[in-house]
Amino acid sequence: MKPLLQSEAFVRIAAPLAVGVVLFALWETGCRLASVPVYLFPKPSDIFSSLIHNGPSLLRALMVTLRVTLQAFAAAVVLGTLIAFMFVQSRAIEVSLFPYAVLLQVTPVVAIAPLIIILVKNTQASLTICATLVALFPIISNTTLGLRSVDPGLANYFRMNRAGRLKTLVKLRIPGALPYFFGGLRISSGLALIGAVVAEFVAGTGGRSSGLAYEILDAGFTLDIPRMFAALFLITLTGVALFAAMVVLSRLALSNWHESEIGAQT
Amino acid sequence: MNALLPGQPTDESTNPMIASSEPPPAVEVLSAEKVFSNGTRGLAPISLNIAEGEFLTLIGPSGCGKSTLLKLIANLIEPSDGRLLWWRGDFTQVGREGRRFAFVFQEPTLMPWARVDANVRLPLELANVSAAAAAPVVADAIERVGLSAFARHFPRQLSGGMKMRVSIARALATNPNLLLMDEPFGALDEFTRNKLDADLVRLWWERKLTNVFVTHSIYEAVFLSTRIIVMAANPGRIFRTMTIDQPQPRDEGFRDSPKFAAYCRELSTWLAEASLPSATGATS
Repeated sequence: MKPLLQSEAFVRIAAPLAVGVVLFALWETGCRLASVPVYLFPKPSDIFSSLIHNGPSLLRALMVTLRVTLQAFAAAVVLGTLIAFMFVQSRAIEVSLFPYAVLLQVTPVVAIAPLIIILVKNTQASLTICATLVALFPIISNTTLGLRSVDPGLANYFRMNRAGRLKTLVKLRIPGALPYFFGGLRISSGLALIGAVVAEFVAGTGGRSSGLAYEILDAGFTLDIPRMFAALFLITLTGVALFAAMVVLSRLALSNWHESEIGAQT
Repeated sequence: MNALLPGQPTDESTNPMIASSEPPPAVEVLSAEKVFSNGTRGLAPISLNIAEGEFLTLIGPSGCGKSTLLKLIANLIEPSDGRLLWWRGDFTQVGREGRRFAFVFQEPTLMPWARVDANVRLPLELANVSAAAAAPVVADAIERVGLSAFARHFPRQLSGGMKMRVSIARALATNPNLLLMDEPFGALDEFTRNKLDADLVRLWWERKLTNVFVTHSIYEAVFLSTRIIVMAANPGRIFRTMTIDQPQPRDEGFRDSPKFAAYCRELSTWLAEASLPSATGATS
């Protein structure tokens, strides 16, 4: 028993899991003892049975939301990285364009989503655009910071060896920017999901989109509260899975050399 | 033969003939001076011939411009007045076969994401040498600094002294004729420094390099150099020159010899004198 408890990896998984189990148990017994009606606040067991019962439709909704999220995330990564490359090429470009990137970041997606949904006919495309706008900024700012944070000694060395712009970018700036880039990925992956869900809410129950947000809205109208919670549970699960995927990716890329990931595998 | 009595200060600026009887110069500094943009006189006009095969060390109090002089030689900065010649020509022909130089910084400045061999290969990659052609050169350079067993390690897995060896191997990979080093071992403990000094002398001797070396350490200067230039500050200038005419390649035995002690004593006195007129300069 002892060696298992001392294992860092075991504790890392077991401890939060134990907290979760305790919380669910409290929730379940609390609801049962106070006999809270299902339409007010469902018990975990209600939610679970709803998850099974509505499985196919929830899964379909999850696929829709996941598709928008992943498309938006991919678009944000590609666009954000390209914009960051542009920014580091010249101070003038960065100075003149950066305020607009900030503008994009501070404008709430709920506020611009209706406009985009009206302008773009295809619902899928309009949702993706909304989510991309939300997910874009962390990639831009982190990658720009990373591309700029070059060891001055190494930069000097590259200059002395008459390295061109492209070689300096590929051999010095990009590898040096990776830790920052992966930090941006972690934030951005979560934001892409939030953006997708928020945009779905705004797009509403028009019937054209049927993501998890639509499931929540629909469940609300029919007072099917356990289904609402089940959809919420799936959204949370997706967010956690995305974050975990980014952590693994960053570990694979950096564990050999960067301080943030050294020793993470042991 | 001023070997045992290194006294006799030589003022290079009034004696340009000094190199005429020696091997051809690798670098000639012709009354080059450096005034910084804030008006500080980093270097008074300096004339200096660095002969091929020489191990020249620049030593002096802070602000004496030794690093500035080294940067002039590396063409990292331009002189405010006067000029420099490399192998009797201007800087444009530097980099050809037989006219190459490499610079070793105070810090190892390695790429943390690249393994030792990739770090050593970097200057060759930047010069568009193919991977196949670079491989034996890189292996040889790593072997010369005694790190063959660590070629696939990352810099973070190495000690400070080993990182510095990688930095030297990277310099050697370009097959330089002139090696410029700015206090490369300054951050290392004395034991490691002595070991690296001994290896450096061997390398310099085997590869017939010309070395220009900046240091703060008297012992290091005496052990390594064939000639030591003591500099003084305000403005940065050459104070005195000491020739160390001892058999090569030197080994640890030289450190224990009475001659070594005599040179060190002499150099120490000179340094004290060079520091006397209150050094307040802010260069180097």
